[in-house]
Amino acid sequence: MSLIETFFNWSVFVGALPALLEGLWITILLGTVSIVAGMVTGLLTALARLYGPTPLQTVARIYIDVLRSIPLLVLLVLVYYALPFVGIRMSSFVSAAVAITMVSCAYTAEIFRAGIEAVPKGQFEAADAIGLSFIRSMRYVVLPQAFRIVTPPLTSNCINVLKDTALASVVAMPDLLKQATQAQALAANPTPLIGAAFLYLLILLPLVRLVSYFESNHRRNTH
Amino acid sequence: MSALIQIEKLRKSYGVVEVLHDIDLEVQSGEVVVVVGPSGSGKSTLIRCINLLEEYQGGTIRVDGNKVQRGADLSKVRAEVGMVFQSFNLFPHLTAMNNVALGPLRVRGAHRAEAERLALELLEKVGLAAHAHKYPAQLSGGQQQRVAIARALAMQPKVLLFDEPTSALDPEMVGEVLEVMQSLAKTGVTMVIVTHEMGFARRVANRVVFMEAGRVVEQGVPELFFNAPKEARTQAFLKAVLQH
Repeated sequence: MSLIETFFNWSVFVGALPALLEGLWITILLGTVSIVAGMVTGLLTALARLYGPTPLQTVARIYIDVLRSIPLLVLLVLVYYALPFVGIRMSSFVSAAVAITMVSCAYTAEIFRAGIEAVPKGQFEAADAIGLSFIRSMRYVVLPQAFRIVTPPLTSNCINVLKDTALASVVAMPDLLKQATQAQALAANPTPLIGAAFLYLLILLPLVRLVSYFESNHRRNTH
Repeated sequence: MSALIQIEKLRKSYGVVEVLHDIDLEVQSGEVVVVVGPSGSGKSTLIRCINLLEEYQGGTIRVDGNKVQRGADLSKVRAEVGMVFQSFNLFPHLTAMNNVALGPLRVRGAHRAEAERLALELLEKVGLAAHAHKYPAQLSGGQQQRVAIARALAMQPKVLLFDEPTSALDPEMVGEVLEVMQSLAKTGVTMVIVTHEMGFARRVANRVVFMEAGRVVEQGVPELFFNAPKEARTQAFLKAVLQH
């Protein structure tokens, strides 16, 4: 059997394509849910870490440190295989979304914290001086500026989250990777794996380009 | 009638270092008070205490009878005290118009159309109506500071505080900012101004306050203050700054 037939077998590819596309859809869905949930909770965690009452700040700091230390795969296995022992049973999709969101939240919180801290002190003072409440000065003055600062690292984090969704295949999530390994077993041919790798690249390469674009844009604007 | 700003026995320290010692100062409604003194004399710190950008450790400050302190009423007090900063501190992500309109919109809850009309009116007043759509980065330092003055005015404050408003400006832009301030003073706005511009103080102030090492050393009307200062330290300071 030639190399082409082994790795780029057209009929195997066509046969596996529906399954691969189904997996791609689940990967994108899981990624999107985790990214959005991670950003919202990450922002709240950053605000708690920076401005909460002291006990809340401590809790937020510990959460961020622990979740950035634990390997995602370990957390995922804990959520899916260990939690049922205490009566918490979640589907593989929810387990994966929860685990990925928890980790993404910690990273996003650190990104937002750095962004908020990079907004000059004078901006906070000017907002205070016109009488804006804390929430409004965040909403209208500080966060719009912080968002601009953190767009490149935030996009970078989105890429990591999307890539991490592949780990969900270990908890029997029929995501892109899982579909590909199943199709490979079925056809006794690695072409579906190549196809999956290609599909990952198809969605992630543009995002990687986007980060580079943001970064060079950011450099231009700050010089 | 009681004074608009009443400062009594104000003490402020950074850690163990006390930078303001028992300051007493009153500002009447409509008065223009210029605070002068050497760098590090505490004059900026003093006016930053008036809207609690700096916490103070002792004494009281009242604005229009309301005590300036942490708590639910702080935003209300701050809305009545406009401030212009040395480094402008315009919001870089908003146009000149939106910088000015933000306070009316988000503090006083005005409608957008009303807030924008007011903003345009105030930008007109500081001579920048044609630049309303520009972002701060597209404006010169002097223009930015004039927008900042319009922004402070937009809250229709009872008093305006100026913290060295011309110190960060290129020399050729100082005049346009002082001009705007002078015309404001004529309209009866209460102003407390920290500045090194002695000529401006002489022309515009109703009263000049001289601070040194965290104390008010001397105060008086400009003619007496500049021509016949009583205290030796005032004389030394004036001699140093007026010589060149």
